[in-house]
Amino acid sequence: PGFAPPPSSTGIGPSSYPPATGAPRPPTMPGPPLPGQTVAGPPASQPNHVSSPPPPSAMSGPHPAPPVSGLHGPPPPTHPPQPGYQMQQNGSFGQVRGPQPNYGGAYPGTPNYGSQPGPPPPPKRLDPDSIPSPIQVIEDDRSNRGSEPFVTGVRGQVPPLVTTNFLVRDQGNASPRYIRCTSYNIPCTSDMAKQSQVPLAAVIKPLATLPPEETLPYLVDHGESGPVRCNRCKAYMCPFMQFIEGGRRFQCCFCSCVTEVPPHYFQHLDHTGKRVDFYDRPELSLGSYEFLATVDYCKNNKFPSPPAFIFMIDVSYNAVKSGLVRLICEELKSLLDYLPREGNMEESAIRVGFVTYNKVLHFYNVKSSLAQPQMMVVSDVADMFVPLLDGFLVNVNESRTVIASLLDQIPEMFADTRETETVFAPVIQAGLEALKAAECAGKLFIFHTSLPIAEAPGKLKNRDDKKLINTDKEKTLFQPQTSFYNNLAKDCVAQGCCVDLFLFPNQYLDVATLGVVTHQTGGSIYKYAYFQLETDQDRFLNDLRRDVQKEVGFDAVMRVRTSTGIRATDFFGAFYMSNTTDVEMAGLDCDKTITVEFKHDDKLSEDSGALLQCALLYTSCAGQRRLRIHNLSLNCCTQLADLYRNCETDTLINYLAKYAYRGVLSSPVKTVRDALINQCAQILACYRKNCASPSSAGQLILPECMKLLPVYLNCVLKSDVLQPGLEVTTDDRAYIRQLVTSMDVAETNVFFYPRLLPLTKADVDSDSLPAAIRNSEERLSKGDIYLLENGLNIFVWVGVNVQQGLIQNLFGVSSFSQISNALSTLPVLENPFSKKVRSIIDMLQVQRSRYMKLIIVKQEDKLEMLFKHFLVEDKSLSGGASYVDFLCHMHKEIRQLLS
Amino acid sequence: MATYLEFIQQNEERDGVRFSWNVWPSSRLEATRMVVPLACLLTPLKERLDLPPVQYEPVLCSRPTCKAVLNPLCQVDYRAKLWACNFCFQRNQFPPAYAGISEVNQPAELMPQFSTIEYIVQRGPQTPLIFLYVIDTCLEEEDLQALKESLQMSLSLLPADALVGLITFGRMVQVHELSCEGISKSYVFRGTKDLTAKQIQDMLGLSKPAAPIQQGRPLQAPEQPVISSRFLQPVHTIDMNLTDLLGELQRDPWPVTQGKRPLRSTGVALSIAVGLLEGTFPNTGARIMLFTGGPPTQGPGMVVGDELKTPIRSWHDIEKDNARFMKKATKHYETLANRTAANGHCIDIYACALDQTGLLEMKCCANLTGGHMVMGDSFNTSLFKQTFQRVFNKGFNGEFRMAFGASLDVKTSRELKIAGAIGPCVSLNAKGPCVSENELGIGGTSQWKICSLDPSTTLAIYFEVVNQHNAPVPQGGRGAVQFVTQYQHSSTQKRIRVTTIARNWADAQSQLQHIEAAFDQEAAAVLMARLGVYRAESEEGPDVLRWLDRQLIRLCQKFGQYNKDDPNSFRLSESFSLYPQFMFHLRRSPFLQVFNNSPDESSYYRHHFARQDLTQSLIMIQPILYAYSFHGPPEPVLLDSSSILPDRILLMDTFFQIVIYLGETIAQWQKAGYQDMPEYENFKHLLQAPLDDAQEILQTRFPMPRYIHTEHGGSQARFLLSKVNPSQTHNNLYAWGQESGAPILTDDVSLQVFMDHLKKLAVSSAS
Repeated sequence: PGFAPPPSSTGIGPSSYPPATGAPRPPTMPGPPLPGQTVAGPPASQPNHVSSPPPPSAMSGPHPAPPVSGLHGPPPPTHPPQPGYQMQQNGSFGQVRGPQPNYGGAYPGTPNYGSQPGPPPPPKRLDPDSIPSPIQVIEDDRSNRGSEPFVTGVRGQVPPLVTTNFLVRDQGNASPRYIRCTSYNIPCTSDMAKQSQVPLAAVIKPLATLPPEETLPYLVDHGESGPVRCNRCKAYMCPFMQFIEGGRRFQCCFCSCVTEVPPHYFQHLDHTGKRVDFYDRPELSLGSYEFLATVDYCKNNKFPSPPAFIFMIDVSYNAVKSGLVRLICEELKSLLDYLPREGNMEESAIRVGFVTYNKVLHFYNVKSSLAQPQMMVVSDVADMFVPLLDGFLVNVNESRTVIASLLDQIPEMFADTRETETVFAPVIQAGLEALKAAECAGKLFIFHTSLPIAEAPGKLKNRDDKKLINTDKEKTLFQPQTSFYNNLAKDCVAQGCCVDLFLFPNQYLDVATLGVVTHQTGGSIYKYAYFQLETDQDRFLNDLRRDVQKEVGFDAVMRVRTSTGIRATDFFGAFYMSNTTDVEMAGLDCDKTITVEFKHDDKLSEDSGALLQCALLYTSCAGQRRLRIHNLSLNCCTQLADLYRNCETDTLINYLAKYAYRGVLSSPVKTVRDALINQCAQILACYRKNCASPSSAGQLILPECMKLLPVYLNCVLKSDVLQPGLEVTTDDRAYIRQLVTSMDVAETNVFFYPRLLPLTKADVDSDSLPAAIRNSEERLSKGDIYLLENGLNIFVWVGVNVQQGLIQNLFGVSSFSQISNALSTLPVLENPFSKKVRSIIDMLQVQRSRYMKLIIVKQEDKLEMLFKHFLVEDKSLSGGASYVDFLCHMHKEIRQLLS
Repeated sequence: MATYLEFIQQNEERDGVRFSWNVWPSSRLEATRMVVPLACLLTPLKERLDLPPVQYEPVLCSRPTCKAVLNPLCQVDYRAKLWACNFCFQRNQFPPAYAGISEVNQPAELMPQFSTIEYIVQRGPQTPLIFLYVIDTCLEEEDLQALKESLQMSLSLLPADALVGLITFGRMVQVHELSCEGISKSYVFRGTKDLTAKQIQDMLGLSKPAAPIQQGRPLQAPEQPVISSRFLQPVHTIDMNLTDLLGELQRDPWPVTQGKRPLRSTGVALSIAVGLLEGTFPNTGARIMLFTGGPPTQGPGMVVGDELKTPIRSWHDIEKDNARFMKKATKHYETLANRTAANGHCIDIYACALDQTGLLEMKCCANLTGGHMVMGDSFNTSLFKQTFQRVFNKGFNGEFRMAFGASLDVKTSRELKIAGAIGPCVSLNAKGPCVSENELGIGGTSQWKICSLDPSTTLAIYFEVVNQHNAPVPQGGRGAVQFVTQYQHSSTQKRIRVTTIARNWADAQSQLQHIEAAFDQEAAAVLMARLGVYRAESEEGPDVLRWLDRQLIRLCQKFGQYNKDDPNSFRLSESFSLYPQFMFHLRRSPFLQVFNNSPDESSYYRHHFARQDLTQSLIMIQPILYAYSFHGPPEPVLLDSSSILPDRILLMDTFFQIVIYLGETIAQWQKAGYQDMPEYENFKHLLQAPLDDAQEILQTRFPMPRYIHTEHGGSQARFLLSKVNPSQTHNNLYAWGQESGAPILTDDVSLQVFMDHLKKLAVSSAS
């Protein structure tokens, strides 16, 4: 790992910039003048010898005992002996003063560079194998921490990585499945925090799904007076509350206020000061639990009614013609039996309603007493209202036959439609009004196909303009084109009306604007561009099924309380905030994540540490009002080294990506990218300056916990939002921007650094996945088949030289050329290889919250461009730097900061 | 004098016309001195079984400003094949078809017995009749059920090719699409939002040439108008569908909280109905039939708020200017009514509720379009059921007693001008030489539109004599009037009925007795009453009464025979003898007295008064009273308290009510059960006789009267007691003795007092 190329002073010609056109090498690798060009160092001569013993130079690094290890204490046994990566300065770093030609703006390289088969073995100046490998880090963590359960009893423990499978035992702190922090050791003072520039953030997924082995939060009922809370800061009873005076009072762990214990809650303390009933009460012994809310916690002081689902289907020409309407109706018939229900209930309490629309809205009366459904057309879209009260929202079982009849007839009724125009805002308004009338919260499932250009409130125009990219006006592409939807969203949140949006565009439909309500109500957007029944049906139906079935809470308010000294200051995610502390979500499902940033407003103490309490008030799918509480205790430090030793890069990236993605709304993309680079450089520079033992300035030394920060950060910078690929549409960018905003750490991890699995290396006899490899084209072999997944897509890449037998086994065709890249699924073939690959794909699909689109990519085929876009360690076509180049750049930035 | 009565009767039977004066004063000055204006009651479509329509076009005078129709009064030059218009004296060529004309070969329109003639003409495409039901669903379950049954029944009464449509309303307004299979489909509108006709048509998808749903089928030839829209379908194709739809109608599902009225969007529902027809079938016969069970409580046209604690406006509120929604609502319905009239459609209002339903505000919808107005307590009463059924009654010739889209064109000789008309019509603003500047009723025009009419619909038309005093009695000595009524017959044929009448001129100074003798006091009473009622709609009640009194006094002064200042000497000739009595009862009638009537009731009474024919109008002014006793056959008796005797059964017909009143003794007998004893069978017959007679009236009258069976001392006896002349009251009880008649507890003056006072004023030299 250590890397110290021989000092060279001969870097002359190669830095010539701009490179001469036609020159075979320099234009393709216009990086800084590279030591490799001296063709001298042993690493360069053996670039691919991953398994070869570390280059002597690494051993001969100036500090064989790595600088960080001293601060860390003994390194974990399996860790590589050198946690710090040192890159010796070479003359070129110092020489280049101007902008890095290979970094930043548009990349001037020849466009077909990426499709050149296999990079010509360039004279290496930096061995890719010697720079920190995400794969290695993931593998190491897996083998170190995957076997033991993670017990949450200890304050400030860094959990295993999200890529590691581990069990959690709740012993007083919330599971990392609910909360992950950027650092588990918080600087005591704001000066320290500022110095380090490490953002203090928690990524919270309040309703996360737990593996079956782990227990769901217990439900606690404190009776009529409601949950026991601190009198001053209103924190909920939790394991960190200190009982005093023989148990008659308790002192708040957040604000230190002393509160009387209500008589019905009184319990004696044992000799250690613990309550005798400590183990009987989840709120005293566990990190996560739920309280049953009393009527005081309900809107209008009334217990809520069970929520409702309203399905709102676009029946304009496009939707009907593509077969979408029929598909949805068919699916709903069976899907309605799988509405979410409370664990022990026989049937779901959720009521359903149906609306179809084009330029006008059609409501349906599906009251159980009717022989036939009734359709009610509302064409006054300017002033939307719900034309019926009784019979719109019904119990599925009671109205089963009427609903079935309706779903049968909808595709027929609109089979001959010529209406191409649609409305959108009135559709949401209609759903909102319906929920208002029924006095309940709920969710709208809107299936929409086109830009709403029909005359109605919220009418949009096509304002897509590729020319705006890389200008100061680029941000407007991410902003809604009218504030109408913001106001609508506010109304929706007030009613607890969550909007899930399924989009089927054939052209620009302005996701940035249409998604506003969805985003602010805590809903999800699904987008199926150029929807075709044959290829996209599975994906859509799987998404729909999951979306309808998944656990969801309604009318939710989340507040994060912290120990005095820090304060939640900023929030990222799909929600609405009417004040600075309460995160309001009309709906919150098990996949939605909120990232919260903390700032110091005072000092923390090392003794008491820092506590977080996240309280989520929500209505369950059966209409029960509940509070879900997650508690987490963190350490505090006065030494920066402690901070750097307890960070989590994946979480950090999650925060940074969300922060940057929000930034594009208000700043030019370039500014956002520069700010990101700058912040990371500062983080690393601070480490270098304060924690690493003195070493040559030319050495790049990274903290062990953050050694992947550069590679991951580069992925964020190259992502479609911050640096769009050529084929990426404005809608795609807006879509991705919104998706990422609600992602949890595991999702951002794989989204930014996709998982690349060599399928041909898979062991067909075991359940395990083949070992992942790094996302670089040079890791691919022509004779193998690879799978790449990023949470949205699965690519199966087939090399040109793959054995015919494998092709036959996997695709059922005899030769490479016969493989169709129009396949959306792999054929079901009875052979071990096919079975194994399909099981791998199935396994991956299950892990993700969305069904991934399967794309078959043949080497040297046109689609390969798309695939290469995800080989994130390589230089990207749109100008993104390669990992190596970026690392060099980062190093330069750090050095500048240090000098 | 019998001759004049015969003449009047004959004319009425043949032409459906009754003039106040049948000999006309020849100058303007004299005419004004006659007090009662020269006017007529015209029943344009009076049923004439002996009048077969002719199947050709009428021949018109060629002068563009005249265009009178060839009639028996025209002078014809058979040799030259020329005819002279009797109104403008234009000489006209007969059309080629009349080439064979001669003294012995005359076309019907020249024969004197065809002073009224009906032509069937071919004009434009024939469109079927349209019936658009507009149904209030904010009803009690029982009411709604009854209404639904009535409506379902009515489908079988409609002409088979008629188009029907259905709009229901409550808090929302639903326009039902009738053409769809399986799923029932309706367009829903907010009940609070006033929409323009354009918006309504856009929202119903009527703006496009063809509805998108129908585009899949081969398109019809573009020049042929689409005969139906999705909302209006031939009854024979969808009657099953519609029967089911009506059967499934539910009460308005929106909750009505305690202390609130249901939200009823009548204003918007009507507006949509009007807009729908306007967009699809302008200028064809169509009825919008509004069935409502309460006042409009929201949106445009709301009459009262939904708070039950604020009651609906009363006359008292209106006088105090306390009816806050009235003006706005009235304006809304007036706009609608005028639009409807412009489109040639009509609006019926069937309002059944115990409280008021806003007829005051909505009355113009029926009044201006010739629609029916029916008021009842509940849809579940025979009053409503029978009345509604009678809308679809057929005449003797098997044709529906309804006609549509009529325009009435009146032409006069030069000595006459037209002052106006009062009836269920609107002005067509046809100015012309024969239009007077003085307006009586709806004036300033010689043409009116009557969107819907039936054989009894009667208009009052007022004329003005313009001949100057010194000019000679006009040439020929006769004045003529022609009424040309073009209308759509219930068979959808276009027809033109032409009535031409002439009356003699007389010099009022030398021939006053002729004029006097030719006075039609019945017609005059009705014509004056119409004027009075018309004024009462816009003026204060007492002003109208004063005006009527003044007119009566002036008439008595003019035509009475008396010695100055000697009331006892006052005499009126037979042709005037009943007139003061009519006026006495008119003054007390609900048309002019609002006391004890709600504004809705007043509107309802006035509505019917302004359209019924002379006989019915007279009954309304002065109800008919029959007596049944053992003393002889049933006989008409004076409408007087003295007629109320213990051993009599009285049958009173006020047009709106049929009251059977058992005298004290009769009632006691009935209670004792004598009618069930075989030996008193004659008593049973006596009891039965008025019932049978009442049934006969009930059978024929539209709207069905309220049937009241009461007895001496019964609470419902008030209906009788309030109508009879209070000749005995608690004030003069002892003077008259208790034997004859029943005293009425009232401070109203009796006819006797009225007449005494009248005589005094008439003979007074002071006035």
